[in-house]
Amino acid sequence: MGRYVLRRLVQLVPVFLGTTFLIYLLVWAIPGDPFAGKCGDRPCPDAYITRMRAEFHLDDNVVVQYARYLGNLVQGDFGQTFNGTSVGALIAAAYPVTVRLALVALLIEAVIGLAAGVLTGLRSGGYLDNLVLVSTLFLIAIPVFVTGYVLQTVLGLRLGLISPTVSPAAGFGELIVPGFVLGSLSMAYVARLTRTSIAENRRTDYVRTAVAKGLTPRRVVGVHLLRNSAIPVVTFLGVDLGSLMGGAIVTEGIFNIRGVGGLIFRSIQTKEGATVTGVVVLLVVVYLLMNLLVDVLYAVLDPRIRYD
Amino acid sequence: MTIPPPLDAPLLEVAGLHVEFRTRDGVAKVLNGVDYRVEAGETLAVLGESGSGKSVTANTIMGILESPPGVVTAGSVRYRGEELLTATPERRRDLRGENMAMIFQDALSALNPVFTVGFQIAEQLRTRRGMSRRDAGRRAVELLDQVGIPAARQRVRDHPHQFSGGMRQRVMIAMSLALDPDVLIADEPTTALDVTVQAQIMDLLAELKAERHMGLILITHDLGVVAEVADRIAVMYAGRIVEHADVHTLYSNPCHPYTHALLESIPRVDTKGTQLRAITGLPPNLTRIPPGCPFHPRCPMAVDVCREVVPALALLPGGRSSACLFADELVTR
Repeated sequence: MGRYVLRRLVQLVPVFLGTTFLIYLLVWAIPGDPFAGKCGDRPCPDAYITRMRAEFHLDDNVVVQYARYLGNLVQGDFGQTFNGTSVGALIAAAYPVTVRLALVALLIEAVIGLAAGVLTGLRSGGYLDNLVLVSTLFLIAIPVFVTGYVLQTVLGLRLGLISPTVSPAAGFGELIVPGFVLGSLSMAYVARLTRTSIAENRRTDYVRTAVAKGLTPRRVVGVHLLRNSAIPVVTFLGVDLGSLMGGAIVTEGIFNIRGVGGLIFRSIQTKEGATVTGVVVLLVVVYLLMNLLVDVLYAVLDPRIRYD
Repeated sequence: MTIPPPLDAPLLEVAGLHVEFRTRDGVAKVLNGVDYRVEAGETLAVLGESGSGKSVTANTIMGILESPPGVVTAGSVRYRGEELLTATPERRRDLRGENMAMIFQDALSALNPVFTVGFQIAEQLRTRRGMSRRDAGRRAVELLDQVGIPAARQRVRDHPHQFSGGMRQRVMIAMSLALDPDVLIADEPTTALDVTVQAQIMDLLAELKAERHMGLILITHDLGVVAEVADRIAVMYAGRIVEHADVHTLYSNPCHPYTHALLESIPRVDTKGTQLRAITGLPPNLTRIPPGCPFHPRCPMAVDVCREVVPALALLPGGRSSACLFADELVTR
């Protein structure tokens, strides 16, 4: 297992180089001049543009620019925006918010999704089963921005139960409703995945053995059945956490959350190449590490899987 | 107030057990009056073709019959005189593992793939006996050792898929013995194993039965397996016991045409060179059991009366019984 993890970590290096270069190239290829709209209504003076282009080495060959960027990056320097703010500082401010939102969403997905899946998987065809099937289908069908605006309007404006927007501090409590919005789609998938998995496994021989051993129904389901049925669900949740960590442009936008989703969005619009590249590189690394974690977790959950 | 069970009550007794499977395709009468009993220190072999109701009877005894579709419609199962079919689910759960345990045909699927064998054995000791993790683990090693698993101390940490077929069945046996049950039901314990291993497992079961003075119900369709270890044999056909006798009597003088046909269908040293005779026809469809004796469409002795009268399992001289109208003619002694 240790060797496997090491090999996977080494594999991250070329992936890291490839993605950073591609992103850098894409940002470089975006048409338009980043300084075109920097001076209000009037066009910027040529002297300013020339100075900025020189300062940010924008006239160099793109490969040279990339090499310089990479050199700084490996020293921990994400560069700075055109107005001189450190990209590292921007990420440090936005990322914790995104991580908190992702964790809240993941928790909601896991707890509600698993509970609904287990209950319906054990008794398929009943009232609760149909309720869950229909409501999850509903959640899967409606887009996130609809869920987001509806909950914001109803809970925030009409009923006044929550603040319609999240404060800059973005504490866990404030993120419950946005987290629900963000996680609703995956929650529906988790519920359905768990339901199928439980329904499939509950007639297996090892469950019958557990009953024949005289274990309580709670233990039969909670230990023997759930442990096996959770394997695909945990895999799904792990991959989902990887994408949740990438920020949520729509959800963050609706609830005015200052996370990385919004940061990327704004940076692309203002052609802040250093910010876009810096954030996306971070997200790529996080995503790859999450995938590695899922693969390792998979082997831990299912001892029949061997990587070495 | 509950009536105390009589002191001389059999260890386990099944009487007149009827079970139906109610499915969309109709009602299958899977058990149609099963009677048998087993005493401490005794091995009862239940013999029959697939679908004859051997496993359903065992599952009903254990209280693990899948329901739906399975429904017990009549009969009784008594453990030391205590009626189980009307007992509470909690009482039945208390009896499982502690008083009666079961081992299954395919140990690979019957053991949970994600837990170590040590965990699966120790689990009952921890949850039922309140043993500490360490004590239960130590006991699990002892049990694995008793069923003949080499290097039990190391193997206790292995998962089921890391064992060979025979070793896995030994693990299953160790697990069933954890709480020292009085009745052990072995549902085709050797069917999934190769012949040499089969013999070892049967020897182990016989040994453990004698050591622990358990009642052993051995479910099988293999006549060869039975001869070595069973004291008595109950032959099942279409959800009923059709013949019941001690091993030697049954083998030397079968008193039901079905048993006779079964014995003719296995190769024997003393009939070497002669053609083996298969039983013609198929076992009956349980949703449409033929009227009269259920075996009559396949029976070489069948006459008109067999199509009308359902023969009862009648006692014959020598403590044996048969459910054939012509059993008296078949008894040679």
